Amino acid sequence: MSQNHDQLLVVTDVHKVFGSEETATHVLKGISFTLYRGEMVALIGASGSGKSTLLNILGTLARPSAGQVMMLGKDLTDADDETLTDFRNHHIGFVFQFHHLLPEFTALENVVFPTAVREGRERTTAKERGTALLTLVGLDDRLHYRATQLSGGQKQRVAIARALMNQPELVLADEPTGNLDRASALQVMELLADINAESQTTFLISTHDDQIAARCSRQIVIQDGVIDA
Amino acid sequence: MLYGAKMAWRYLWSSPGQTVLLIAGVAAAVFIFIFMSALIGGLAELLVNRTIGNLAHVSVEAPDRALPVLVQQPGRQVLAMRQVSTRARLGLSAPASWEKILREFHEVETIAPKLVGGGVLIRGDVTRQVSINGLRPGHESSIIHFDRGMVAGSALLRGDGLLIGKKLADDLGIGVGRTLTLRADDGNETSLTVSGLFSLGVSQLDENSAFIEMGTAQALLDRPGRVSVIEIRLADLYAAPAMARRIHAATGLDATPWTDTNEELFEALKAQGNTGSILKVFAMITVVIGVASALMLTTFRRRSEIGIMRAFGAKRRFILYVFVLQGSLIGLAGGLAGAVLAIAALSPFPPIDQVQPGQLPVDLRQGAIGLAVLLTTLGATLAALLPARSASRLDPVDAIQQ
Ligand SMILES: Nc1ncnc2c1ncn2[C@@H]1O[C@H](COP(=O)(O)OP(=O)(O)OP(=O)(O)O)[C@@H](O)[C@H]1O
Ligand SMILES: [Mg+2]
Repeated sequence: MSQNHDQLLVVTDVHKVFGSEETATHVLKGISFTLYRGEMVALIGASGSGKSTLLNILGTLARPSAGQVMMLGKDLTDADDETLTDFRNHHIGFVFQFHHLLPEFTALENVVFPTAVREGRERTTAKERGTALLTLVGLDDRLHYRATQLSGGQKQRVAIARALMNQPELVLADEPTGNLDRASALQVMELLADINAESQTTFLISTHDDQIAARCSRQIVIQDGVIDA
Repeated sequence: MLYGAKMAWRYLWSSPGQTVLLIAGVAAAVFIFIFMSALIGGLAELLVNRTIGNLAHVSVEAPDRALPVLVQQPGRQVLAMRQVSTRARLGLSAPASWEKILREFHEVETIAPKLVGGGVLIRGDVTRQVSINGLRPGHESSIIHFDRGMVAGSALLRGDGLLIGKKLADDLGIGVGRTLTLRADDGNETSLTVSGLFSLGVSQLDENSAFIEMGTAQALLDRPGRVSVIEIRLADLYAAPAMARRIHAATGLDATPWTDTNEELFEALKAQGNTGSILKVFAMITVVIGVASALMLTTFRRRSEIGIMRAFGAKRRFILYVFVLQGSLIGLAGGLAGAVLAIAALSPFPPIDQVQPGQLPVDLRQGAIGLAVLLTTLGATLAALLPARSASRLDPVDAIQQ
């Protein structure tokens, strides 16, 4: 059991089929792998290979057509929406390609959201943590800027801070640098690597950029719907 | 749900122009709602005041004694029939016990017995035919509102007091404090002193009626202890037909609602009320459609944000709450704004009893302001429910990927 203790996420024979009958697209055809605590893993694959699809399933935003996803020893495959929502809130953080901040809200308010929505209000302790996280990503001078007043790179750093807000065990990042110029992209990767080194947070980062992938401790390649070892 | 309220508030004011416009639209509908209520209510009150303001809502009398049945006999034919009402002569005995029974109906507001007869007022060689009305002291103004139309003297009757119209008094050439004779149709006479003069604008009352104290009337008309009719006013005058049926069922007495003798007015008031209701329903439908379509657009525009919120742990009911609350807030704000507008616009209108010909009879008290605000808030909340529900059921993946 001691080796199980280090297992964060166990994916077993996951399939995903979109559509039905004749128009069915079999995107994932039996994906199996394990993520361990503290890892920083790159998910590599050509465009359309199913990276986003897999991340959505792992993030409990979508359900697999077949197979099993276990996280923290819990089987998430058949849990109901409310349970999954709670689970996400506590244990999973997301960074999306197009940052998707809430535009009417300030950087700090965006970062605090995952805690506030759970507690029903914006507590001082949450704001303090939010401030600390924004400081960590180098935006302590932009706390009260609206999302619309930030640059692309800045928005993505706010999104990273938000993903870390509830101290999740797993952060799923879907092409977090795909929308940034090279300098900003490297900066963001630097930041993720630092956070990973300092905390036990596990990162799974999808990308088709080899240079980005090289910054990770391990690579998982997805091809023709299966893991290509 | 403080946090949800903050989100709703922030969303509303992220496009202030659109929100203000929406609230203004709702306010306009609420204004129409209140204005229609006030106008229909005021109009009804005006008509009722003018036409049946001095009438009983239900008149209770002794039932007519059953007439003998005429049997057709072979070889004979009925050529003519004459029905004679017996109740005018007999009236109700023991009115006090009937009154006690009538008082048990909680819809009944006022009960006033009256004894009626015919006679002549005589002043020197001037005479005027009048209807004699015996009223119980203390109930003089219960049915006919003498107190609102007194010109001289007092509306209270006692002993040999006489209450007549100003016009009749002018015809007879007398004033308050003067004495004259009242002779009943069957010859009895009594001497009375004019104690009050009124002008009600109803010629039957102003020119052809004499009001005297009940005891005096009973002696004059030779009907001790009896009354002709017990007149009733109800809290809701539209309840008269139903009340009349119930009184008849309970007492066996004849009970006539005002609507029997004023059927056209009753129908007109009903039609008017229906027209008002239709307009009010349309005003509410406008609110619902406006709010629903605005929120439909909002939820669509915020699809990706909704997806993100769901990804970060917002439950379905949180999303539902955020968007429903926007509807409720719009409804409440629009409702209050419309109410304030209506109060400001309708306050200058004179009270119904002071309305001059050509003026709109608007009665703000009948504007159903509370109801308007409540219905609007409820309507807007319901209107928001559908778009909010579909927002809460968005697939987060679809929403984020768009
Ligand atoms: N909702 C859907 N319905 C049908 N097909 C879908 C749906 N979502 C994804 N697909 C298909 O699944 C395949 C994988 O899509 P996915 O977005 O996971 O690829 P990806 O690896 O993330 O690509 P990219 O690198 O371009 O982001 C694609 O062929 C896509 O057309
Ligand atoms: Mg993708």
